[in-house]
Amino acid sequence: MKTAVIVFPGSNCDSDMYYAIRDGLGQEVDYVWHQESSLDGYDAIMIPGGFSYGDYLRSGAIARFSTIMPAVIEAAEVGKPILGVCNGFQILLEAGLLPGAMLRNKELKFICRHVDLQVMNNSTLFSSLYDQGETISIPIAHGEGNYYCDEATLASLEADNRIIFKYKNNPNGSAADIAGIINEKGNVLGMMPHPERATEALTGSVHGLRLFQSILKHWRESHATLTS
Amino acid sequence: MKKVKVCITLKESVLDPQGQAVAGAVHNLGYEEVKDVRIGKFIELEIDSEEEIDDKVKAICEKLLVNTVIENYHYDIEEGVPQ
Repeated sequence: MKTAVIVFPGSNCDSDMYYAIRDGLGQEVDYVWHQESSLDGYDAIMIPGGFSYGDYLRSGAIARFSTIMPAVIEAAEVGKPILGVCNGFQILLEAGLLPGAMLRNKELKFICRHVDLQVMNNSTLFSSLYDQGETISIPIAHGEGNYYCDEATLASLEADNRIIFKYKNNPNGSAADIAGIINEKGNVLGMMPHPERATEALTGSVHGLRLFQSILKHWRESHATLTS
Repeated sequence: MKKVKVCITLKESVLDPQGQAVAGAVHNLGYEEVKDVRIGKFIELEIDSEEEIDDKVKAICEKLLVNTVIENYHYDIEEGVPQ
């Protein structure tokens, strides 16, 4: 599996993401600069955290118009796995690949610590190696992670099992304790917590690694189907 | 030359924690009669063409300046000073 990590000016979790895939997952990975326009040849796309364009205007609002973004949207349409973490999630929201928007954290603080998440749906390509309902520990690091959407959108996210991770002790005021949601097709996941920072025991948790392993498992299974 | 003044506010249904924090500070100043504070954004655009200016401004607002999931906007068009 060959993975692209998109790098914007102001991305700061791109190295963590690269490291998680190269060393944690043991797979091929490249940085792709935001001024590129093609993602041909990549099986999975990672949009890392950080402060793209200094969070000017709104988090993710400027990055959404980078020259790489049409290729990201095209990859979403053809069903490639796309993971947006933190600022990456905000960019996916701004791009309309996921519904809703982010507000400032309820208590206005930037929060940087490990939090407990509950796995709400383990039938996705990102979460198949977790147990349904399992509690996992993953770090968060954000000032604008207070997920908002209108009631109709929230009802459909709930009804379609598109909330993949919920906070057990909501740190930021997110609607319905949402920490991560998926698109209708099931190939675009946005989440505020950082699974790439939880891939080895040295950093406090290995619970993030199974997310990447789930993506690889899906890729191997779909690849086997295609070639058999 | 036209100067377009865009005012962006959070929708009524969206909580504004920044506004609430500022409201607390206003109350600490002694102005208890201030019942609510909401924080928005003010953006000025200088546009060197009057052609379809409303359509252009709306497109710029809705594609980029405003996140219509959480924000409302309105704008005024004034005569700008040629540069």
